This record gives sequence, structure tokens and C-alpha cells, in this order.
Amino acid sequence: MTALQFLWFILICVLFSGFFFLEGFDFGVGMAAGIIARNDEEKSTMLEIIGPHWVANETWLVTAGGAMFASFPLWYASLFSGYYIMFLLVLAGLILRGVSFEFVEHAETHRARNLWYIVFVVGSLLAPLMLCIIFFSMIQGIPINAKGDAHLAFFDIINWLSIVGGIAGVLLSLIHGLNYTRLTTTGVLRERARNLNKILYPILFVGEVVVALLVIFQTDFFQKKPISSTIIILLIVLMSLMGAWGTWKDHEGWSLAGSGLSLVSVVILIFNGLFPRVMIANNPANDLLVANSSSSPMALGIMTIVVCVLLPIVLAYFIWSYTLFTKRMASNGKVND
Amino acid sequence: MFSLGISVLSLARIQFAMTTIFHFFFVPFSIGMGFIVAVMETIYAIKKDEIYNKMARFWGKIFLLSFAVGIVTGLIQEFQFGMNWSNYSRFMGDIFGAPLAIEALLAFFLESTFVGVWMFTWDRFKPGIHAIFIWLTSIGTMLSAIWILTANSFMQHPTGFTINAKTHRVQMTSFSDIISNPQLWRVFPHLILGAFVLASFVIIGMSAWALIRKQKDTKFFKKSMYFSLWIGLVSSFGVVIAGDYQTQQIIQDQPMKFAATEGEYEDSGSPASWKIVASFDTKDHKVKHEISVPYMLSLLAYHKPEGGIKGMNTLNKELKQKFDHNKSKSIRDIKDYYLPTTTIFWSFRIMAGFGALFILVALVGIYFSRSKKFQIEKQRWFLYVLGLLMWAPIVANTCGWLITELGRYPWIVYGLYTIADAVSATTTAGELIFSNILYFLLFAILGGVMIYYCRQTMHKGLAAVEGPDATEQTAKTADPFSKEAFN
Repeated sequence: MTALQFLWFILICVLFSGFFFLEGFDFGVGMAAGIIARNDEEKSTMLEIIGPHWVANETWLVTAGGAMFASFPLWYASLFSGYYIMFLLVLAGLILRGVSFEFVEHAETHRARNLWYIVFVVGSLLAPLMLCIIFFSMIQGIPINAKGDAHLAFFDIINWLSIVGGIAGVLLSLIHGLNYTRLTTTGVLRERARNLNKILYPILFVGEVVVALLVIFQTDFFQKKPISSTIIILLIVLMSLMGAWGTWKDHEGWSLAGSGLSLVSVVILIFNGLFPRVMIANNPANDLLVANSSSSPMALGIMTIVVCVLLPIVLAYFIWSYTLFTKRMASNGKVND
Repeated sequence: MFSLGISVLSLARIQFAMTTIFHFFFVPFSIGMGFIVAVMETIYAIKKDEIYNKMARFWGKIFLLSFAVGIVTGLIQEFQFGMNWSNYSRFMGDIFGAPLAIEALLAFFLESTFVGVWMFTWDRFKPGIHAIFIWLTSIGTMLSAIWILTANSFMQHPTGFTINAKTHRVQMTSFSDIISNPQLWRVFPHLILGAFVLASFVIIGMSAWALIRKQKDTKFFKKSMYFSLWIGLVSSFGVVIAGDYQTQQIIQDQPMKFAATEGEYEDSGSPASWKIVASFDTKDHKVKHEISVPYMLSLLAYHKPEGGIKGMNTLNKELKQKFDHNKSKSIRDIKDYYLPTTTIFWSFRIMAGFGALFILVALVGIYFSRSKKFQIEKQRWFLYVLGLLMWAPIVANTCGWLITELGRYPWIVYGLYTIADAVSATTTAGELIFSNILYFLLFAILGGVMIYYCRQTMHKGLAAVEGPDATEQTAKTADPFSKEAFN
């Protein structure tokens, strides 16, 4: 394994982490819109708090996908073709959710607006659920042949770990979205988001313990990397505890950081467990490795230069765009509610 | 199993055609519309003429609709190379991935960040500053076109690579060769100008429908129409010149594509005549009927009244000779190199015919708009022409891509890798049928709703940007609850 290959493995991890932190709350706000927003104005407020940012947040996923294609084409090819139906459903979720932002603006009747809100909620649930199932299925070892083709059976994709992991991931996104709602709104939405999180956090902790146990039994993470895996799992729980603490003590910034970093830690757990592989085959001889599934040193080198030049600029205006929208938004719900 | 294998390939090809064609309705729409809206807002910032502010806001709404659908259908492209064409992704990753990743980092972040800022900060920045945001968005859309065309140009005309002897995959040897691919810089102007044609004629057409309905805001729609007629005229001229410039490259790189475009089965001889219409016997590889103009093909191809082109039958023999002893079995197995001639031939004629029509109509429209006596809102026949013509650039753009992509057949990467080899080994026919149906339904909904909301916005006219919306906003800010909350 060369230094460049290692660097790009880390970069892909960073891009997915960024995606789950940022789009995580977008998904969460989307799901939460179906739970805590009860009338048109409240729902529209939920859309508006993520309105300026969601496209840019989703770009993290597009960049992660593009970077994976560029740096580890064999990984990209095996992963996306193997989990065909799953990625199709991710796409369906992202497509429906994406257009509903714009369409709901144009909808005139109450019924049409409601329809787009439902589409928005469902899309926001579908995409992260499918992505989390893919990730938690992938780490268990799947049938990959010598060419790198993954012929997946139903139970390779849908099993205990992937289902519980998928639900826990969705739950964590929802909590993350509620924390974002608490930070960016005032009035009833902020209130309801906090109350709902107080119910959800205990469930999340149970989920995290179950996922941790299943990861121990269903993957080789704890055989190959017992120390780092343990530390990262503790980190996930610790960050969730921080989020919960912020919920009960009304420190909204800390809550958001806590739930976001929990999501990031989950991504790190997966990438740490994968390393030095990128896809785990049932037959270890067919594992896709960081060392043997990457692009040429030249392609990686050019990409590295591009990233070094562009990423600081991108991050600068990306963060600047967040500083423009720091004011809390009113829920505009009925006062007596 | 074997028969399933064949249908997987055709299903995957249908999917690629369907998803890229649908995506490409909105790509030129967004590129062109973003640019025109940016120009409108800039004029407003300079001249402080309120009508340009209204134009930027109103057409900005249409731009955002197109942008949203463009983004979500673009997501499919990002994933489908891996999903349906995993062998291609393995073969081409070293070359193809980098432009895609750079596109995301350089272009997508730019457009997606600033479109969000632009959308939500109309009242917070001076017009001059606010216009910068739409310019950055517009630049983002154009940069994105450059990088995806970089990838596509390699597929048409591979440069800057070697085939790795061990892995049998393409490997990059010169990045500068890849980005200086002559195909790229000849197709880019054609594509961008085609986008401007599309967006300007959509504005012209929608304005025409609004005038036909005799709704309010006549002045606004007339102004929008006259403004876009100029952009339409300049870009329709430009797109023809750029198309000619691009053709020069195709004659060299892909003579088979050019011969199919012109429907030449036999060597044309010199001087060559140009078929206006023709019908073909694609089985026996000959022209059945034709009406042609003498000298015209020589003029089109070489800009002089002499010189001939090789026919498809000759080119087929040449290509067979060239590839019959190739190391790859699937390349040796290619039966012949004929293209879907009828489709390519007619695609070119539809595209070029519309191109000429756009110039003509724009000229007539501008002539009318200069006359003091002439009131365009009274010339209903001409408004209907303009109204119907708004769909034509969409057809023309699609035809252009049909020529480009069908002209690649049977290669996915010209001369290196066949379409048949590129498809995923794991994907089943059932999965592809399911995904094709799902995409079709999604596209039908997206396209239908998008047209419906564009129409609705047009019917509302300026009320869509200043009417009830504006009053609603005052009501919002007047709400004491809201005011307090914004602290």
C-alpha cells in the first residue's frame, strides 16, 4: 500500500463523514417534519431551515461517490453493482426528496402541498435507511468472486445487523435532525423537538448496545482490531451521551455536535474495520484491498493536487454560506398550541 | 442464462439512454437559464431598471425548477456507471473517475452552495452583490459541463493513456492530454450555445403563450421576449458555427459517425452531393431513395466545392481489417461496424433544420420588435409559432446527443472497449426491468409536474414573484410572534 492509496482511503472516509454529519440532519429534519410539524406553516418552517443548504450537503455524497470512482474504481464498481436494488432505492429517496423542496413551493392547494410534504418525509427516511443497511451489510463479508463481482443473496443484504444498524442509523439521523431543529427554530417546534429527543435518546442507547453486540459477533472487527474498534464504539456512545446531556440541559449546540459526531464515529468504525480492505469477501482471497483496487499513482497524484488546491476554497465558502443563516426561525404555529 | 445475458445488455442500454436523455432536458435548460438570469440581474444592478429585477426573479423561479430536477436526475448518472456498467468502471476508472470527482469538487459545490445563498438572500444584499451569487452558480453549471465532457471526449477519442499490460485496464499517462482533448474543446462551445438557444427559446415561447392568453403583464412578457430573442439569435448563429467546427474533428476521428450522419454507404466521390432526405436499406447497406443537392456535402465537410468522403461500406472494411486481429476476443467478435444509420441521419437533419429555423424565427421576431407600428401581441399566428417552437431546442439537443452517442457504437470507449463488455456481470434482467419501470414512472411524474408548475407560474405572471407572495411576507413580518422569534 502506498501513501497515496492510504491518503485516499482516509479522504473517502472524510467525505462520507461529512456527508453523514451534514445530510444526516437534513434527513432528520425531513423525517421530523412528519412528526413534530402539525400544520402547513410548521412544515414549511422545517423545509426552510435546511432550504439554503441541503443541495450543498448532498454534494458531499456526490463527491464521495466521484472520489471513490476516481481513487478506487474497483471498489466503486463492486459496491454499486453488488447493491444494485439498494442503491436504486437510495436514488429514488434522494430524487423524491430533492424535488419536493421545489415543488412544494409551487403547490397551490392544501392537498398538493401535503402530498409533497409526505414525499419529502418518505424520501428523507428511505435514503438514509438504505445507505445504513448497505454499510452494515457490507462489513459482514459478502460473496465476491475473483473478478470482484458481488453476487448478493437476499440475506446477505437483509440480516440482523443490517436491519438493526439501519434502524439505529435512521434513529440517530432523526435525533440529529431534531437537534438541528432545536438550534435553528424557536417556539413550538423547538419545544417539541426537545421533548421528542428526550424519548428517543433512551431508545438510541439500547440500539447502540445491540448494534455493538452484533458487530462483535457478525463481523471480524473485534478479532482483527479489538482495541481501536472498542475505542470507536465507546466514542459513539460518548458522543451520544453528550447529545443527550445537551438535550436535558438545553445546550443545543452541544447536542448537535454530539449527534453529528456519533454519526461520524459510526462511519469511522466502518472504515477502521474495513482497513486495509475496502470490500470484505467471504473468501479472504477475494477481498478488495486498498492496495489492489486503486487507480494508478498518477491519477491519485493529480487528484491529490486538485484536492489540496480546491478543498480549502470549497470549505471556506461552504462555511461562509452557513454564517449567512444564523438567525432562528419562528415556528409560526398557533400560539395556543 | 445466455439469452438473459443479452437482454441485460439491451436493458442497461435502454436505461442509459432514458436516464441521460431525461437528465439532459434539464442540463442545457439550467445552464442557459442560469446564464440569462445572471445577465438580467446584472443589468438590473447596473441600470436599476425595475423590470430587469422582475425578469430575474420570475425567470429565476423557472430556473430553480429546472435546476432541482436536473440535480436529482444527475444523481442517477453518478451511480449508474457503478450499478449497470461496473466492468466499464473497472476498465475506465483511472481516466473517468478523476473528471467526475473534480466536477463534484470544483463545480457541484460551487453551484449548489451559491444557488442556496442566491435563493434566500434577495432582500439581504445589494443587487450588485446578489448578482455575483447567480453568476457563481452559472459558472458552476458550465464548469460541470466541461468536466463531464472531458470524460465523454475520452470515450469518443481516447488520448493520454496506455493499456496496463497486467490489468488490461486503461491507465493515465498524461492528464494534460486528457483535458486538451480536441473533441472536448470542439464540443464544449456547441453544447453551451445549444443550452443558450434552449433557454432563450423557452423564455420566448412561454412569453408567447402568456401573450396569447392576453393576461396582464403584457409589457413584462414582451420585454422578456425581446430580450431573449437577441440571445436566441446570437446563440443560434453561434451554435451552427460551433457545430461545423465540431464536425471537422469528427470527420477525422470518427469517419464512420460522419458517414452515417450523411447516409453515405458508398464513397461519395468528388465533388460530393448532400442528401436532404433519403431512405435506407440498412440490411443490404445501400441508399434506397434520396433527394440531394450537388456540391453541398463537399462544402459542408471541407468548405470548398470539391473533395469526397469515404462511405460506410469502405469504412466498415477498414475497421474490420484494423480490429480483426485484436487481442481481445470480444473485439474480434464484432460482426460489423455499421451504425443505426437511419436514426443518426434523421437526427442530424432534425437538429440542423431546427437550427436554421431558430435563426430565421429570431430574425423575424427581432424585425417585428423594432417596428413601432407592429404589436406582437396582436399577431397571434406568430405567437403560436414561437409558443410551439419552445419545444424544438429540446428535441434538437437530444438529437445532437443521439448522433454523438449512437455514433460510438459498438464501442463504449472508441477503439478500446465494447459496450457488450462494459455491462455489470451481477445485474439481472429482473433488476433492470424493475429499475427501468421505476425510473420511467419517476421521470413521468417529475417531467409532468415540472411542466405543470412552469405553466402555472406563467399563468400567474408577475403575481408569482410579487403578488400574494409579497403580501404573505409582510404578514409574516408583521406577526409579533415572528418578530420576537427572529432575535
